[in-house]
Amino acid sequence: MSSATHPANSGAPLAAKIRQGLGININHCYQCGKCAAGCPVAGDMDLNSCQALRLLQLRTPETDRKVLSSEGIWLCLTCETCTSRCPQEVGVTKIMDFLRLEAVRRDLAHPKSKDILAFHRAFMDSVRVTGRLYEVGLVADYKARSWHFLKDVLLAPKLFLRGKLPLLPHLIQGRAALQRMFRRTLGNKE
Amino acid sequence: MKIGYYPGCSLLGSSREFDESVRAVCAAIGLELVEVPDWSCCGASSAHVLDHNLALALPAKILAQAEAAGLQEVLAPCAACFNRLASTRAALQNDPEAAAKIAAIIEMPVTGNVRVVNVLEVLDRFKDLIAERTVAPFKHKVACYYGCLLVRPQRVVAFDRAEDPLAMDRLMAAVGGEGIPWNFKTECCGAAFSVTRTDLVARLGGRIVEDAVKRGAEALVVACPMCHSNLDMRRPEINAYLGAEHQLPVLFITQAVGLALGLDPKQLGLHRHLVPFAFAPQPVATA
Repeated sequence: MSSATHPANSGAPLAAKIRQGLGININHCYQCGKCAAGCPVAGDMDLNSCQALRLLQLRTPETDRKVLSSEGIWLCLTCETCTSRCPQEVGVTKIMDFLRLEAVRRDLAHPKSKDILAFHRAFMDSVRVTGRLYEVGLVADYKARSWHFLKDVLLAPKLFLRGKLPLLPHLIQGRAALQRMFRRTLGNKE
Repeated sequence: MKIGYYPGCSLLGSSREFDESVRAVCAAIGLELVEVPDWSCCGASSAHVLDHNLALALPAKILAQAEAAGLQEVLAPCAACFNRLASTRAALQNDPEAAAKIAAIIEMPVTGNVRVVNVLEVLDRFKDLIAERTVAPFKHKVACYYGCLLVRPQRVVAFDRAEDPLAMDRLMAAVGGEGIPWNFKTECCGAAFSVTRTDLVARLGGRIVEDAVKRGAEALVVACPMCHSNLDMRRPEINAYLGAEHQLPVLFITQAVGLALGLDPKQLGLHRHLVPFAFAPQPVATA
């Protein structure tokens, strides 16, 4: 069955895109399971890394869709244990990164990705504005985006007392160039 | 002796004691830190979730600024910064086409020739000097916790052994301490989810703290600000998950080395931890 003929699919199967974009041949995975065995959160995933790789090998729109809409890809901690233990040197972590980006692009991201994405967007927003991460701003922005207003409120005074929460952000000089950089990459992906 | 220095954002805020202790120890061993001019964020664990080119461009800009400043080598104490910079350097070197694209995005030439090193690599070079200048031997058993980003992926970081690294254990031995054998040296603490999935972090951090305690460690020693805040700042959640009251302190390697060199605990930022820096009374050996 060729996925390219499927009307609902946005072009080539993910396996082909992974081959093209990352230079990784998904067929090199022989399903030994070492990636999932070492993964600290495999047990929390609906689809673990090894299962996701197998589905990608099938190259059908249905299996691709199942991988992209899974919660598992959002639980990946990018700890690289899978990549470093894979006997076939399949770059599993890079594939996970690719799958998350693709899931967002196709609007298939699992609902539970919402908070996680909100955090990363708040993080990058802070960097875009000041050049360096401003932790106070990050937490405030994340709370506004995720509506988790009460999360960690008791922690802030403790950190402040230990001099760990500077009240003002550090502004770098080259902010204009940095903002152009953001426009050329993230663009209006927000 | 001089070396480039990229502190990274955490070291200006929630992990400022890492910056303080790196500076104090480097001064004590005669290593001058030259900060990368006007550095910006490396993208940490967020840029790569949002855009592939941004994830390369942010660290590439730092490498380009270091190159422009004539630096040969940059010390990045934060393990995440170190990993991002090292993997971007490898990507730039392996793919000239991608390098040209990134150079256009950052509006600066970049080759990836600047070497990126972590704090363990740098201190390892000074191990003999550190041993020689140790005035207050750190006579404690510690669990050296390396985490993910210092050792993986091995081809990119080119540092120590991926499964059982020893650089930190060697350093602790050099200052009179003892790195114990234990199971969680390189297991992930869940850093990226500290804010969004604190429940996962409590479990992953819990396994680390529990094993260290069971094997008789008197402290955890780390070289990563995220590992530190997860094991220190998230201790209430970890203890709640374990149903325990573990007060095992978490030190940065530079704090442990600094103490051994006789530096002032305040200068090393030891008062900034949430789990107070104190050793539990020695348990009586049963075996």
